[in-house]
Amino acid sequence: MTRSLEIQRLSKQYRLGQTQHHQMLRERLVEMIKHPFGGVKGTESIWALRDVSFDADEGEVIGIVGRNGAGKSTLLKILSKITYPTSGEIRVNGRVASLLEVGTGFHDELTGRENIYLNGSILGMRKREVEERFDAIVDFSGVERFIDTPIKHYSSGMRLRLGFAVAAHLEPDVLIVDEVLAVGDAGFQKKCIRAMEGLRNSGRTVLFVSHNLAAVENLCSRGIWIDAGRVRMDGAAKDVIESYMGSFSGERVSGFDLSGTENRSGSGEIRYTRFEYLSPEGTPCAVVRSGDPLVLRLHYHAEKTIRDPSFGIRLFTQMGTLITQTGHLLHGIHIPKVEPGDGYVELEIDSLNLVPGQYPFSLWITGQSSKMVFDGDVRGSLEVEVADVYKSGRMLDSTHGLVYFPQRWRV
Amino acid sequence: MIRELWAYRELVYFLAWRDVKVRYKQTVLGVLWAVIQPFFTMVLFTLLFGQLAKIPTDGIPGPIFYFSALVPWIYFSSTVTNAGMSLVANSGLFTKIYFPRIILPAAAALSNLVDFLISSVFLVGFIVYYEVPLGWNLLLWPVLVVLLMLLALGLGAFFAALNVKYRDIKYALPFFIQLLLFATPIIYPASMIPERFQWLLALNPLSALIEVFRHVVVPNRSVDWNILGISAAIIGVLFIAGVAYFKGTEKAMADLV
Repeated sequence: MTRSLEIQRLSKQYRLGQTQHHQMLRERLVEMIKHPFGGVKGTESIWALRDVSFDADEGEVIGIVGRNGAGKSTLLKILSKITYPTSGEIRVNGRVASLLEVGTGFHDELTGRENIYLNGSILGMRKREVEERFDAIVDFSGVERFIDTPIKHYSSGMRLRLGFAVAAHLEPDVLIVDEVLAVGDAGFQKKCIRAMEGLRNSGRTVLFVSHNLAAVENLCSRGIWIDAGRVRMDGAAKDVIESYMGSFSGERVSGFDLSGTENRSGSGEIRYTRFEYLSPEGTPCAVVRSGDPLVLRLHYHAEKTIRDPSFGIRLFTQMGTLITQTGHLLHGIHIPKVEPGDGYVELEIDSLNLVPGQYPFSLWITGQSSKMVFDGDVRGSLEVEVADVYKSGRMLDSTHGLVYFPQRWRV
Repeated sequence: MIRELWAYRELVYFLAWRDVKVRYKQTVLGVLWAVIQPFFTMVLFTLLFGQLAKIPTDGIPGPIFYFSALVPWIYFSSTVTNAGMSLVANSGLFTKIYFPRIILPAAAALSNLVDFLISSVFLVGFIVYYEVPLGWNLLLWPVLVVLLMLLALGLGAFFAALNVKYRDIKYALPFFIQLLLFATPIIYPASMIPERFQWLLALNPLSALIEVFRHVVVPNRSVDWNILGISAAIIGVLFIAGVAYFKGTEKAMADLV
């Protein structure tokens, strides 16, 4: 078997603030005048990837799993040459194509036919290659009737199929795919999976990131689990996924256990002991995704009978801005008393309309008057993962703000 | 780098083709837009500067005097602007897929060439109408076009790279271009500038270019080879410096946008 990909001690450092804030030349000039010998101010930095090494052989389909911000996307971007590593080496045998988004560079005003040529060319196909495969692409996409219609009149599903059709005919030696299976209907997903199986059978190497762990397990022979910028596990896809899932449940017992939490305020007659993320059916959620329904079950332990308690939660951004505060009293629900011992309250959220990211929250239990604090400043954290909330293949991220509304566009 | 660019030559063509296609799709007047802008600017200049302010035109009929300078000027200003904005405008593209980044400003330079050629055809109409005799100088025209492209692309690439890093470039750029309009002999002939300041013209490579563009069309005055030579050298340096700066910042671009 031939090596198609060798990655050695790949690291990527980001300077904090580099991406959030666009510097102004004016500011930079003022800075230079004020501190002519100062140089650029030192900024904090983080390692998005640290010493990542692995090899891939021809015909291997590798699923990459890991949480939001673990470094999966950074890894794919480096392998696609979109961004450059701070250190480390990559050796690739053959042509690499990356599909970080379906239909990159599609232009609304152009027809399906024109977009096939444009998109193909952007993905690295020669005009001659596109011409040769044109009929097959159109056939695969299933939009032949509208091929000479500007794609602004296409439905999102049609655009997606057209975009994937072009990508499926790339015939690269190494294909890098990011989360495209999460989109589209079941029929489309089957088509995608068949296309990727075809690549595997013809000896291509596929690197595949997805939150759809079932798809990873079905499609991939090997899994790599990236955690906090490092390879945490590399092995058979089934084993890696099992361990990865296991890390969530392990956390539920220990990490979400609140008994050891420090710096809590309040008198302590009643305290939160732990919390759980559940689906509305009551099964534990390994992954919380944008737009999912979610039940937050808050367990408590009361030392004695508590009269008129008030349970509540505040959800924050990482910058500390309050997103929402809620409690059962807001709903006019009154709890006359809580008996000594263990119990729980549940907050059921119909749809978690938050963009992916990490959201700290704090819990409290007070008496009828908020001055009488039983338990306060109880810190927890909610991690929201990417989802295709608009069913369009366009993932939400922090550039789309903080929240999204359930919505429809009419055009 | 040149080999890589060659491998991606079709992408330059496709992106330029996309820009042209999108620019004229769904406009009633279509490609006429390429001519409307220089034409009406020319009419305005002829009335304002020629008739009203009585700025001399080197004995060239006003419309030809202005139009022959406006065609390259509009190419220059729109290419520097479009190329300068090309990275930020296409950030959705180059943060998702790899290709040599220089392709984006290069495609802007190429797509504007279409407009340039269309309005150049129009210029030929003027020449015929005013019965301007044709001269051997006309052979110089393709050389001038290449120099003009190199200058616009060099500056455009420089501003594009700067724009990714510093977002106030998009405010500074139109201002810079406006200043340059007056620092270049477009509404006035270079001959109006006193003898002892003529050397200043050589410093602004666009001056010599535009002046020669004019005299290629209307051969009433010989080409100043010295100034053209100096300008060509400056253009070469600016182009290499602009592209080198672009290449130098290329690696960090996707992290900054």
